Amino acid sequence: MRSLAYIIIGTFLGVVLYKSEAASWFRIYEMFQLDSFHMYGIIGSALAVGIVLVQWIKKSKTKSFFGEVINIQDKEKSFARYILGGTMFGLGWALAGACPGPIYILVGAGYWPIILVLMGAILGAFVYGIVRSKLPH
Amino acid sequence: MLYQPWPWYVAGPLIAIIMALLILMGKKFGMSSNLETFCSIGGAGKFSDYFKIDVKSKRWNLLVVLGAVIGGFFGAHWLSPNPAVNISDKTVTKLQELGFDSAGKAYLPTELFSMEALSNLKVWIILLVAGFLVGFGTRYAGGCTSGHAISGLSNLQRPSLIAVIGFFIGGLIMVHLLFPLIFES
Repeated sequence: MRSLAYIIIGTFLGVVLYKSEAASWFRIYEMFQLDSFHMYGIIGSALAVGIVLVQWIKKSKTKSFFGEVINIQDKEKSFARYILGGTMFGLGWALAGACPGPIYILVGAGYWPIILVLMGAILGAFVYGIVRSKLPH
Repeated sequence: MLYQPWPWYVAGPLIAIIMALLILMGKKFGMSSNLETFCSIGGAGKFSDYFKIDVKSKRWNLLVVLGAVIGGFFGAHWLSPNPAVNISDKTVTKLQELGFDSAGKAYLPTELFSMEALSNLKVWIILLVAGFLVGFGTRYAGGCTSGHAISGLSNLQRPSLIAVIGFFIGGLIMVHLLFPLIFES
């Protein structure tokens, strides 16, 4: 049952990001050209609603659907890893025109060359795991 | 309505609801950690202890990925009779100058994401390098658009704000400084 719920949530995510064109390379380029409000509207309205929902879940100490205590972890404090990793990700996001969610979505949509982006991303995650002890965090 | 592109004020709140549903299921909204799970499944634990994780505990997120693939299929094949993305005229002009004639006529640029484009070695390199930066960058930063820009900022996390600033530094450099070098021929 739970498995099916995760698949349905993922499917919903896929449809929303595809239909809102957040999975389109063109929309990402347009966003970084500051030529349209569309992507800023998506992220901004997601945040406006997201902040309310997360603060409500935290303040009300709502239990999960399965009765467990919900523990939203704080991100580990640092500067270097976020600014350096974030900048690398931004370079890739603009060039591929897709972040990890849309990469999976575009595989389903049948844009086969995106599989090269996925292969590159898995390789990138692998190389990070190998060299991470040598990087500033 | 369903078959037209969905406006931002529909998509944004729905994304927030997806995040909240995952939190209420005791999980979190984060897509890039799956890349590490794929490494672990592929045996990367032999090369670094970082990948020695209990893959079973990540199974739920792989199911979300499976769903995303299915959702992409539905979105593209059942819900979008017209795949063209209605980007602004200014953007179309800029892209035409870079040689992207498919701007305004397709969902993804055919110059990069069609089978014909794959006859060009340069396209292979671009897609692989772009993917590598996405994979390395997200894991270094500990999250991507879903984990930092949506989940982290919704939880008012300063690290996520730093990461998102990084996303935009990288994206602006790529599009404004590097695109003319990469694509102008």
